[in-house]
Amino acid sequence: MATYYTEDHEWISVEGDAGKVGITKYAAEQLGDVVFVETPDVGKTVKKGDDMAVVESVKAASDVYAPVSGEVTEANAALADAPETVNESPEGDGWFCVIKLSDTGELDGLMDEAAYTAFCKGL
Amino acid sequence: MTMNNQGRPTAPTAASVASIETVSGSRGLLQHADLIFEIGTSETTGVDLPAPQNRTGRLGGVARKVPTGLPGLSEPEMVRHYMRLSQRNYAIDLGFFPLGSCTMKHNPRLNEKMARLPGFGDIHPMQPQATVQGALELIDELATWLKTLTNMPFVAMSPKAGAHGELCGMLAIRQALIARGEGETRKRVLVPASAHGTNPATAVQCGFVVDEIKANKRGRVDMDMLRAKLERTDDVAGIMLTNPNTCGLFETDIKEIADLIHAAGGYFYCDGANFNAIVGRVRPGDLGVDAMHINLHKTFSTPHGGGGPGSGPTVLSEALAPYAPVPFVVKNEDGVFSLVEEVEGEASESFGRMVAFHGQMGMFVRALAYMLSHGADGLKQVAEDAVLNANYIAAKLKTVMTPAFEGYCMHEALFSDAFTADGIETLDIAKALIDEGYHPMTMYFPLVVHGAMLIEPTETESKAELDRFCASLESIARRAAQGDDTLKGAPYLAPMRRLDETRAARKPVLKWVPETASTVAAE
Repeated sequence: MATYYTEDHEWISVEGDAGKVGITKYAAEQLGDVVFVETPDVGKTVKKGDDMAVVESVKAASDVYAPVSGEVTEANAALADAPETVNESPEGDGWFCVIKLSDTGELDGLMDEAAYTAFCKGL
Repeated sequence: MTMNNQGRPTAPTAASVASIETVSGSRGLLQHADLIFEIGTSETTGVDLPAPQNRTGRLGGVARKVPTGLPGLSEPEMVRHYMRLSQRNYAIDLGFFPLGSCTMKHNPRLNEKMARLPGFGDIHPMQPQATVQGALELIDELATWLKTLTNMPFVAMSPKAGAHGELCGMLAIRQALIARGEGETRKRVLVPASAHGTNPATAVQCGFVVDEIKANKRGRVDMDMLRAKLERTDDVAGIMLTNPNTCGLFETDIKEIADLIHAAGGYFYCDGANFNAIVGRVRPGDLGVDAMHINLHKTFSTPHGGGGPGSGPTVLSEALAPYAPVPFVVKNEDGVFSLVEEVEGEASESFGRMVAFHGQMGMFVRALAYMLSHGADGLKQVAEDAVLNANYIAAKLKTVMTPAFEGYCMHEALFSDAFTADGIETLDIAKALIDEGYHPMTMYFPLVVHGAMLIEPTETESKAELDRFCASLESIARRAAQGDDTLKGAPYLAPMRRLDETRAARKPVLKWVPETASTVAAE
């Protein structure tokens, strides 16, 4: 299993051709208390860079972009009633959805943890 | 200590009391106020009408059988209830309202007087047109002012707010694309990150797909990204750009942006919410704009924020004018004004009707009164003074706070939270401003600036008021930079202390239910 990061602060944890997607700890901290999450519908096809989910905090409403192209095979329904999970465990229980990758080659354009940490330091 | 001739001290005696809880719940002369549901009963009423005699009603079997349970109060109780609530309110008539992007300026009383003239205030939209010629002429004259100030050939007067005007403009664009036979293919609308938040919502509402353009380091549209997004042109419907943008900056490349969009076959929607910064100085028609709404309740001083309805007339270019909504006023050859109400004849290409009647008549009267009382030179000075005031604030505070961008701003000053110590946030600064007697500035918007604080003074604040405000904010900013933790508890002096916004959003209580033993236990 390998985890990749985007410049828009999403993470994707890939096993085989399936990737679990969420927003990073940095993003969750920047957003502040998350009060609402809209996850994508299961079965939806997304293209890399599409807005696929919405996360709303006391400060802002933001789009969450698909880090890769593929089909949404699972969505984290628990977030509807417990949006605070995104703050408590952004890179664990606060995951948004699982995407079945249509092109694993797209992962090459993403950052690994070290590169992402350096990227955040530069912000 | 001095005593008066009855032996009563004339000055307060020193006493130290940390906090005082009152029996009544009132705090000094600020009265305690319960919810109307808690004080009203369905048995109480302010009017005393005899029960109807010999009436069976005409509702057949659908008449309500159980009481509505709505609370009733006597007239004096009702008056006091709303008076007490109003004293908890903050208003432009009470103090400075630095809310960025909202243009909370003074509402001149002359406008109010004009709007109350019986010929404007007491008319009905369904009156015969022959009896309201003056009102129709007023709409036509206001339209002429708006067209002249913007150098645009047509204006749709009926939209009732800024976002409604956006909808009007985008529906006109959609209709124009349909007329070109490209309604199904041109679906992409470019929206810069520095645009107003309602812009992407409007585009989506009209069936378009939003394609975001990021801001460059100067807070303006990233032209390289725009050019890249326009490499493919056959799906481009247009662009929605706010100018000056939400960073309070003039989009210096606006003419080139307009040319690029037009070359791609799209239309240029300009969000005119910040027109107050350029009115009398810049005519959007000269910049290549195809549609722009004008907030009469911002630029032209009609009340807003609960004080009155908004009004968003939308100017349209030659290319979009045929698709304007009905109704609109026309002046006939014989000098008589009439309304074009149907999608036929000269309005046969109109996209239809947005509202039941003609628009916000009361706001039209106020806006025209404002224009006539200022004159063309006065309106120009409105923009100059609004920009001067914002730059005065920016200059006064730039050493204690962090300006978001270098250089002069337009009508609003924008700061980031980079100057605050760890643990102190924009929210804490905003709350501390309440203790100083000010409505907080706009915070956390625009999103492109970290912990944004957006301050719009408008032209109607005096230098003395701006100095007072800057002194307050400077003191709070210094405390924030030093990591003064007491800021986390602000406000201390407001009728309500800091509310739990997170809980209110996560577990909203949207309905009042009587407090019973079980609901108390559930808490």
